[in-house]
Order: sequence, then structure tokens, then C-alpha cells
Amino acid sequence: MSNIPNDLRYAATHEWVRPEGDGVFTVGISEHAQDLLGDMVFVELPDEGDKVSTGDDIAVAESVKAASDIYAPISGEVVAVNEDLEDSPELVNSDSYGDGWMFKIKADDASEFEKLLDAEAYENSLDED
Amino acid sequence: MTSTTALHAKHLEAGAKMVDFFGWDMPISYGSQIEEHHAVRRDAGMFDVSHMTIVDVTGNDAKAYLRYLLANDVEKLKDKGKALYSGMLNDEGGVVDDLIVYHFDNTNYRLVVNSATREKDMNWLKACADGFDVTITQRSEFAMIAVQGPNAKDKAATLFSDAQKEAVAGMKPFFGVQAEDLFIATTGYTGEAGYEIMVPTERAGEFWQGLLDAGVTPCGLGARDTLRLEAGMNLYGQDMDETVSPLAANMGWTITWEPQDRNFVGRSALEAQREAGTDKLVGLVMTDKGVLRHGQNVRTENGDGVITSGTFSPTLGHAIAMARVPAGVGETVEVEMRKKWVTVKVVKPSFVRNGKSVL
Repeated sequence: MSNIPNDLRYAATHEWVRPEGDGVFTVGISEHAQDLLGDMVFVELPDEGDKVSTGDDIAVAESVKAASDIYAPISGEVVAVNEDLEDSPELVNSDSYGDGWMFKIKADDASEFEKLLDAEAYENSLDED
Repeated sequence: MTSTTALHAKHLEAGAKMVDFFGWDMPISYGSQIEEHHAVRRDAGMFDVSHMTIVDVTGNDAKAYLRYLLANDVEKLKDKGKALYSGMLNDEGGVVDDLIVYHFDNTNYRLVVNSATREKDMNWLKACADGFDVTITQRSEFAMIAVQGPNAKDKAATLFSDAQKEAVAGMKPFFGVQAEDLFIATTGYTGEAGYEIMVPTERAGEFWQGLLDAGVTPCGLGARDTLRLEAGMNLYGQDMDETVSPLAANMGWTITWEPQDRNFVGRSALEAQREAGTDKLVGLVMTDKGVLRHGQNVRTENGDGVITSGTFSPTLGHAIAMARVPAGVGETVEVEMRKKWVTVKVVKPSFVRNGKSVL
């Protein structure tokens, strides 16, 4: 069973979300998702300043095997992207919850976070796959 | 029903990620498939290819039978152990399978055919044998391990007896030799030097462990696919199949047209295809971000085509592909990627040899 940290929330589409305070949330993809995709070769990130809505496809994780859309788990403005992924996309594989983060969103409504899946609910959603 | 090879336990022991490959439970990778790929290009890697089918063809008519069965001509094989790559065609000139044939003498040959097509191939081999004095024997008592890379031969040799070392000393590419209990061949599917070694199944696990101990990296089907594609080698079922002419699959070089009176299966259909002209299999290179993939549509000034195999090339650091397109395309074509049309370069379908770009 893959690692699903309890302090994060998750979207059913395998993004994880970490609250950083001031309504800012960091987003990446779960260990389970990177394992399914395999070796990452490109990550296309949104631009800082982009306004995004929950469910928009705003990034692409492309592995040797497949290209996969990454969806905004929360509405708001993109305030940072992980530029290290430009040269080191494999960080998504090696440290999916840490150095492999993808972007940060300043939420329009921080309470949206509470509507995301907790670790247990996300794990259950994997069992149903 | 899932089949397993004699090395299945070794794969599980190594924590490999297993997938169903045409009914075989096989490792796709043992960790990072890109690291496995690099191990083969830079050092030495090994693959369990025991799922491939080994078939011996013996008897007075063995040579005549193979000259009828195959589009390439075993008449070319003079030296003991010399190997030949060939397509096996149907009457319509489509590819039933591609294979390697080893020549021992005119009454004794060994074929290695694909796993995905084992049953179909065996039926076809038998159906074509009508009227020939040949015996066709599947050799399932062997496992097969491909050891590939610049250091592969040296590392494999650490497991050889003196007699086996002597048997392979100075052996040129595309030869095979039976040396004591091993059949050792200088063939492969990666574009690197190395061996494909047939080993009795009861010794397979021990031999695999010996290679591990010699510092050979275990590699899965994922790396096998990116390596063969960089080397410009076809994958049966993807780059060609029963509905595709070898002339449209970059296999023209494997067809021996002379002598004209050699009748082989599919010959008349093939001659008609040559007369009429066929699509061509070309290489594509895209240095922008993104990955070319199997099934993507291709647009050319002469009509539409399709990518048969595409991947990210770990050696080159960008996307490469093989595509079937109308003959006579120019220097670039357009590929539909994620709803956008992208211009990519057309090259010969060969990208990397012996660790180096050939672009």
C-alpha cells in the first residue's frame, strides 16, 4: 500500500493539497499516482498569476508511459510553481509529497479545502479502482 | 490463465512491478525504467526473455522448408551458428511474425519467435510444413536471458566455463553456439553488444543470480521497449502485423528477391505490393516538450499516417517515434498531440546505436 500522509487532503483525481497558511495551498500528485504513471519525463505547469477553478486541467504530468492531466483541486490564483521540475521531473517520483510539489494556489475560499477527501477517504477511493 | 517463466520467483524477490504481457506475468520494471535503460546503454543490463518461443526445425527438408516459409533466404547461411532475421508472411503478404533463425547445418535450424504469437506461429509452422520431411519441436525446457550493454559480455563471461569462454571467443554479431549446457548468441533487441543466452530452466534462477552478483542490472519490459525503439527495431503487433506488408514496415531489407524462382509464402502478393508501392515506416524526432505516442495521427503533404511506436528517448532526452506514412514524405510532418498539431522532423527509423545518437 502506498504512502498517504494524514495531514494532507486529496482529490479523487489523485492530487494532494497541503495548507500553508494565509489561504495558500500547495498541490502535487500522490505517491499512488506517480507509481501508476512511472518515470516522469516532463511536467507542464501553469503560469503564476493564472486564475483557476476547481476541476480545470491546469498541468500535465508526462511519464514514459502516459500523459496525465492535473486538475486544480481548489479555485483561486496560482501564486507559485515548482521550477525545479523543469530540469528534474523525476522529483515527482522520488519525493511526491515533498520536492515533487507542483504549484501553489491562493484560494478564493479556503473552506474548499475541507470538502476534499481526507487520507482515509482517499485510500478507500483507491480500493474501488 | 497466466503463464510464468522459470525466473518468476526472482522477479518477485526483487520487488518487480509485474504486468500481464500476452498471458505472461512479466516484470515491467524493478524500480525506475529510465535507470534500467541507462544501465544497458552505459554498463550492462539483463532481461528475462524466456517467454519467447524457441523452435527447432530438423530433418532432410529443413532447409527447403525454411526457404519456402521465410521471406529472407536461409541459403545465405553458410557458417555454422550464423543467424538471420526474417519475416514469416501469409499469402496476402502480411507479416505473421518476425523471427531469428540460427543455422547449424542444412538439416538443423533453430527459430526464436515472439511470445505474443506462440500458438498462431506454431500452427502456421505446422501448416506450412505439409509435404516437407521436417520435425518441428518447441523447446520449452530452456529459459532465455538477454544480457546487453557495453560491459555485458565481460560480466556474463564471469559465469562461463573455460569451454564456454573458448566457444564465444571472437564470435561475430548474429551468431549462436551451443557450449555445454548453454546456447549463447550474439543477438539482442537493444542496439548494444551482448548475448542472448538459453539456459536449462532448472539452472535459470542460479544463472540470473550469478549475473546479479556480477553487477548486471535487471531490466523490465519498459526499458526493453525504449531500448528497441531507440535502436529502430520493430515490435510485432505494433509496428507490423498480419495486415501490414514488410515493405511498409521497414523490413524490405529482410526480403530476398533473388533467385526469382524461389517460391516463398507471400511472394506473389509481395511482388504486387512492390509494383503498386506501399506506405513507409519512417522515424520521427521531436525536440520540444512532450512525448510522441502509439496511435497519434500524422498529417503529411501526401496524405495521413499514424505513429506505430512512440516514446521519450532516455538516451537522447526527447521524443522519438516510428510512423507509417505515405511514401515520399518531406523533411517534416505534423503530429496531432493532445488536440494540437505539432511539426516534427522525419528521419530514418534508427536513433541510437552502441550508446550514441545516430541522428
